[in-house]
Formats: sequence, structure tokens, C-alpha cells
Amino acid sequence: MSDAGPTGPAVLNLGVAAFGEAIRESGGSAVDIDWRPPADGSREAGLALAGTVNDPRVETANRVAFDRFLAAEPRATGIARASEALPGMGERTILHAGPPVAWEAMCGPMRGAALGAILFEGWAADLDAARALADAGGVAFDSCHHHAAVGPMSGVTSPSMPLWVVENPPAGNVAFCSLNEGLGKVLRFGANGPEVIERLRWMQGELADVLARALDAHGPVELKPLIAQALHMGDEAHNRNAAATSLLVKRLIAPALASGADPRAIARVFAFIAGNDHFFLNLSMAACKAMLDAARGVPYASMVTAMARNGVEFGIQTSATGDSWFSAPAPVVDGLYFSGFGREHAARDIGDSAITETAGLGGFAMAAAPAIVRFVGGSPGEAIAASRRMRGIALGANPAFTLPILDFAAAPAGIDARRVVDSGVRPIVNTGIAHREAGIGQIGAGITAAPMDCFVRAVRALHGALAEADDRPG
Amino acid sequence: MAVRSLLRRGLFRDSVTLMQLAAALESEAGIARASAVMASPANLAMLRENGVALAGIEARANDLLVIVEGDDGQALGGALDRAAAMLDGGTRPDAAPGGEGAPARPRSLAEAVDAAPDATLALISCPGEYAAAEAMKALRLGLDAMVFSDHVSLEDEVALKREAERRGRLLMGPDCGTAIVGGVPLGFANRVRRGAIGIVGASGTGLQQIACLVDRQGAGISHAIGAGGRDLSREVGGTTTLRGLAMLAADPGTERIVLVSKPPDKAVMRRLLDAAGAAGKPVVACFVGAPPPPERPTNLRFAATLEDAAALATGTTGPGADPPAPRAAGRDRVVGLFSGGTLCYEAQAVAAPLLGRILSNAPLDPRDAWDGKAGRHLMLDLGDDAYTSGRPHPMIDYRPRVERIGDAAAAPDTAAILVDVVLGFGAHGDPAAALAPAIRALDGPVAVGSVCGTEADPQCLSRQEAALADAGMVLAGSNAQAARIAARIAARIADGGET
Repeated sequence: MSDAGPTGPAVLNLGVAAFGEAIRESGGSAVDIDWRPPADGSREAGLALAGTVNDPRVETANRVAFDRFLAAEPRATGIARASEALPGMGERTILHAGPPVAWEAMCGPMRGAALGAILFEGWAADLDAARALADAGGVAFDSCHHHAAVGPMSGVTSPSMPLWVVENPPAGNVAFCSLNEGLGKVLRFGANGPEVIERLRWMQGELADVLARALDAHGPVELKPLIAQALHMGDEAHNRNAAATSLLVKRLIAPALASGADPRAIARVFAFIAGNDHFFLNLSMAACKAMLDAARGVPYASMVTAMARNGVEFGIQTSATGDSWFSAPAPVVDGLYFSGFGREHAARDIGDSAITETAGLGGFAMAAAPAIVRFVGGSPGEAIAASRRMRGIALGANPAFTLPILDFAAAPAGIDARRVVDSGVRPIVNTGIAHREAGIGQIGAGITAAPMDCFVRAVRALHGALAEADDRPG
Repeated sequence: MAVRSLLRRGLFRDSVTLMQLAAALESEAGIARASAVMASPANLAMLRENGVALAGIEARANDLLVIVEGDDGQALGGALDRAAAMLDGGTRPDAAPGGEGAPARPRSLAEAVDAAPDATLALISCPGEYAAAEAMKALRLGLDAMVFSDHVSLEDEVALKREAERRGRLLMGPDCGTAIVGGVPLGFANRVRRGAIGIVGASGTGLQQIACLVDRQGAGISHAIGAGGRDLSREVGGTTTLRGLAMLAADPGTERIVLVSKPPDKAVMRRLLDAAGAAGKPVVACFVGAPPPPERPTNLRFAATLEDAAALATGTTGPGADPPAPRAAGRDRVVGLFSGGTLCYEAQAVAAPLLGRILSNAPLDPRDAWDGKAGRHLMLDLGDDAYTSGRPHPMIDYRPRVERIGDAAAAPDTAAILVDVVLGFGAHGDPAAALAPAIRALDGPVAVGSVCGTEADPQCLSRQEAALADAGMVLAGSNAQAARIAARIAARIADGGET
């Protein structure tokens, strides 16, 4: 009471709004909370959440995890063959986006992509043989995320595919992502026709070779400053990568020409990159993965280190819980569709690209990308509001990424699973929409939000871990 | 199926705008399908693949093409007109509401603490099933908490109060309707003068009544700490009341302390008396209706009623002599209709010596529990859960009381109808106006009441009293006085003696 001061208490008013008004009229101060039942109204989950709020173990752990994330300096250092680069990837393994999913349970685009990868690897001669091989269990499937990798849409990554290598010297970790094939009929959307396999072969050969030489000649490409610059040029580094792709070309074109590679090959490679505004997306994803992996493994940290979808489930990981997934059914994306397509054609949310939102880009940096804000259903004002709203569920902001339209405020970063459950604000994810059938490709783009249940499960696990530690003798 | 198209040479719109345009057109009646694209070879090929008829359309890559399909030629024409208007006007087809707006309001206590790091207290009035979790968060965030919400389990209350004790925080409630902290009313509270009297109580309306009587007598309140109705039960053990006592004892702005509740658990009462004795300041204890204990600390005085407690605390004589009681010829029964639980209890304690048994849903003696049938004297706490589940509290909604006044008036033996009128934030905006018609309509029974409020309350004490008196209510200066008057009317005790 004595700390109430002469002007009365400073009150946080949760519930009846009129009470806040009465307090202010009487000379006190009151902040009205825009409250709704946490955890989508589950009383029991809400109590578990309450038991984690302001726990010093969690607060300290989150600071450690978030600082490691902020300290990351992702840089593209080369191109590597998946089986040689990825820790623990077997020769007959296909990696995919999102939490682990069995062959039988995969959605159309992912199955199509997996079959294409089998053909690409030469494990089967045709689609029927490829399907038989997969049906017979002749291929092992695993999550990209279990191997320090990420992949857009189906995320299908097979042993001989070339990957971006992104190193993070401060933490000593490395992250990987495939190379972007462009739009249209592409493997990541489940297409697996001859032109798709042919393009993959070219990427494996000429594209990978020229990029590797250019990177070699250039030295590591610092990705944080490049992304920061792209944010000031209208990218949000998930659904818009036009600026970052241009910046990458600027960085690499001269080194490529100086690398001694065949000029015609260089011309083809840069024509390919120039024809694909999303070429940088995979590098953005690898950079985000590198930053977030640095934050992994801090006991009791509720910071989200991955959000990823496999077309069936949306899963998240937290710093404290390693490779465990907290999953819920993947949503269908609200979006705008290309002519001739609609919601009924859409696959459920798919891809590891939500790693960008996890790292504070994409939907979290929507205010940077007025050119595409209508995917969030509205105006630049709403994009700004979206970025602002994400602040409430973030552990902090990333001073490396600033948003000009918000007076150069740092973009929110580091999702705290507890704050998602508490506020009911789900992380927004900008994303492409795949056709539900394999091979048709992208049919639209839009925005979705991570399912609340993922975060509720993560908070329950955290609460359990804290309680267990409390019960431990000594 | 007819097909109509609109071609704009050299007009560029991004694909998002065009998808929105197509979606808007397709939502119109009579439009089977709408397409809107920049007419690049790839886009035209896609349209063809989707079976859109492009015959006769000569479009180049930089042209904007809108195609609508349907059976109703007029609808198609209208849609294209609309498309043209949208393209020319540059307006978005689905102009979304909203905009930048102000920074979002915090959505949780944790966010609110970020926004207001100086916050000291959380006032929690969410639905009861979530209140325990929110109160726990408040305590964990280093805040005191006032839990206005009811329907919090006893088990949760005990857990919360243990946590508060462990963290050295104050937890008011649950079901704490009112408190005053540093002159600021919280919840359903009256705007009372600031002063040197501190109140701590496990009784919302008891606390309100004392604060208002103190105000009426020209004194003021430092803090009024509500503990919640179960605080002095054996299970809870008086945790909040004890902490409140200690805080008021330590508060330099508090010179005298009033402790108020219905009769507490015996062991808890002993602990309270010990703590009161150690307060180092004068303490007035009012356990409404309970006899004073045989031994008590020297700084402690006992009050049997809320009225006496306020008088002892202010060093005054109370509301003064009871006003003359009119007669209600041939009638001998009191019906009390209360919105305040402690006010109902106090009225029974005051009236019982004059009237004998009084039935109630919250009786002094469990044997006097009302079974719903008409009987002798009756005093009802209409703020009880049984009457408020799914409907507004009687301090807010006077209709149930108006109805019951009518019922009571219809009984031939009703001599006095006794009501409490509680003012303050959150209460009915003009109770006198709500009650006046029912009072005016009385023919035989006498309406007796008191107003619990202050001049500074939104409803204004004197205005309410004047309006009620004008309607014919016999107005007392306190709830206890009102109960005495009503009892005297029913017992046919004339002023100055029995007739």
C-alpha cells in the first residue's frame, strides 16, 4: 500500500472495462487489457500457463536463447551435396518439410515431390516403380529440421541435391537449404515430370557449380546485412524476395565472371536467377535456420526455434525441447488465388518457410513490404498493425532488421510460446498456396496463423518440466 | 454460357489487385467465373488450360484483361462496368476497414506489465473459471491483485493466498466487490474522502457501509482492503485480512484501523485479535452480530454494528437519534430486501432483539434458513449466488426488488419493507428513480431504507435521499438505523416507548 503513492495505484484492469474508467476518473492510472480466455478457453491449460509466467528459470533461459539468436551472423559460404553436408542423412533418405510424416500419410504435393526425388536420384526408372519403392518402405523419410536443414513447400531434399551452406560463426553452427527452382511446375509443389527432373539435374550441375565458384571468389556472403537492406527495399524475406534476389545477383555477378566458369553457363545461371524473384527465399530460410538453431538447447527456454508444416500438420519446436514437435492439424491458408483456382483446390499449409516468421521476418516484418500487403487482406495500415501485433508475443526485437515505415523500429523477433497462449495472438505466416494434387504447383498466396494447440502443447510441456524440477529432491 | 471481356491496353495492376478484382466480380450474382490477369503469354496459357474462351481477344503482355462468364448478359455487362470503375478509380474491391490505428492494447497481464512497468496492482474481473490463473499470473509478475470475480473455488483461493504470502503480495478476494487503494475506488466502490482511517474486511458491503458512514461524518479513508468473504474461514485462515492489517499498521497515512467481517472462525478470530493487538494503532473490530470476546488487547474496541464501527473510528456518535417511526396499523411483519450481504446480516442482528426470529437465505442462526414459504419476518440477500446466476446483481438491476416490494405489499400483515440502496461506481445510475414508483404505490406498509453512498458518488447521496424521501421512504442515516426503525414499526413500538 505504501508504494501506491500519493496519486493512487497504477492498475492493470483485466475484465470489466468500466472499472478502468472509474479508476482514471478518480485520479489513479489504469491500463485496460484486451483480454480473452487464454489457451482458446481451456481452463486447465490456462492454469498450466499461469504456472510458467515470470518463472525466473524460464526468463533467464529465454534471455540466453534470444541473445544467441541475436548474436548470429549467418553467411553463405558455399554449395554442398546434401548427403555429404547433412549430419546423419543416409544415402536412401528423403527429407521433407515440417514434422516427420510417414509416406502413407503425406499430402499430394509431398508425395509427388518424393516420387520426383526418387526418379532424380535414379532409385527407380519410372513413377510406378518409384511408388512401389516407397510403398515397400525402400526409402527412409525424415524432417529437414532434424538435419539442420529447411526446405520450402514440400521441402523434399534428396542425397544428391545441392544445398546452400550457411554458417554462423558466433555459435559455430551450420544450416542448409535447397536451391530455388522457380515457379510453375516444380518439385517442391509436387511436380515430377521430365522437365522438372531435367531442371533439377541442371541445378545440380551448372547452377550449383557456378554458384559455388562465385561464392568461392566472393568469399562468404553476409546475409543479415543483405536481408536488412532488402527489408528497406520492400521485401519481407518470405513472400517477397525481389529485392534480396537482386542484391544477391549484385554480390555474385562479378565474382562469377571472375571465377573462370564458362561465360555461357554464367549467363544461363544468372538468367535463371533473374527470372525468379523468389530465388533468395531459400537463402533467407537457411539464414533464419542458422540464427534460430543457435538458440536451441537452452533448458526451460520457451522461445520458439522452428515453425514448420508438412501439409498435414503444423509443428513447432522450442529451445528447451530439442527435436520434439508440438503439432496440430495444418490449416488451409486464407488467400488470393490465381484465376481458375479457389480454396477447394488448396493443399493444407505446407513448408519450412515459416522459419522466416520464427526469426522475425515474413509476416512479422509485413510492415516492410507494402507491395504485397494485400495478401494480409488489406491495407498497408493493416500490415503495420500486424507487425505491431506480433510485438506482443515476441521476446524482443531484432535491431539488425528495422522497419522504415514504423520509424525504423526493430522487427519483433523470438516468439515466446507462453505469450501466444496468454494473448491468443497466433504468429502470422505469409505463404504460398500449393494445389492439393501433386504437380499443379502454386495456385495462390496468402496468410495463415500458427494453430494455438501447438503453443498450448509446448506450454504444457514446459509446465511439466518446471514442476518436475520443483519436485526433484535437493 | 456467355463470355464478356474488358481489355485495358498498357494498364498495369499487380497480381494481387487482379486476384481481388476477380474475386469481387465472381461474388456478384449471375457471374459463374471471373478472371483478371495481365495478358502475358503464361497467363493466357493458364486461362486457356482452365477452359476460359479467349477467341477473338487480342491482348498483349502489357494489357490488362478481365473476363467474366455466365448466362445472364446483363449481369456480365454490369460486372465489367464495375471492373472498369474499380480499375479507373484505383479503389480496392474489398477496401478493408481499419488502418494503422493506435498501438494495440495489451492482451495479457505480461504484455500490460511491459506497457506499464510501474503497475502495482491487477484488478481481475474476468469470468470466475479463469480468474485463479490470472490472479496467479499477477502475483508471479510481482503485482498485488484484487479478484473481483466470483465462482473461484476454495481450493484455488487457498493456493492463491499461499502464493501471495510467499511472495509478500496482497491478494484481495476472490469475490471482492470493492476496495479503495490510495483514494482510488476499485470495483464497485464509493468515492469517499481521503483520510486517516484504514479498513480491512472480509465483507464487501460492510466495508462500503463503514467507508460511507466515515465520509458522512466528515472523516476519510486511507485504504479499504477487501479480503473476500471466505478469508476468515478456517480453510483460508485470514491470510489476506492479516496481511491487510499489517499493511495498514505500517502505513504512515493510516491512524486508525477498522476490521470488519461477519463472525469469523474461532481460531482465526484469535489470530486476528493478536495481530490487531500488535498493530500499534487503535483498532475497531466489528464482527457483525458476534458478541465481544472476554479478553481483548487494550488498543482494540468492539463494535456490534457497522454503524458503531464507523462511529468509534471517527470518534463521533453515529447517525444521531432515530427519526420518528410512522405507524402501520394492524400490520406486524418486516420484509427486508437487500443487495448487500453484510447489510442484510447487520439488519438481522439489529432487528432480531426487537422482532425475535427472522428468516433469511443468509440467517444469523442456520435454523432460521428460509424455505421459500411465507412466514414471519423475512430478510433476503438478493445478491446471493442463488439469485444472481445468469442475471445482473441487484445493485445494478432493481427490477427483482421492485417485484418483491409489490409481493410484500400485497401481504396483509407486512408492516415495513426494508431496503438498502448502494451507490458508487458500477451500481445503478439512479436507484431512486427505479424504486420510487413501487414505494409510491405502497398502501399500508411503510418503506424504510438507507443509502450507502457519498456526495461524490456518480449518483450523489443527497439527491438519491431526497428523491427517495419524496417518494415516501422513511430514510435512515445508516443501515442499522433503518433496521431499527423497521423493527419498531413492526413491533408497534412508538417513539419513546411501547404502546
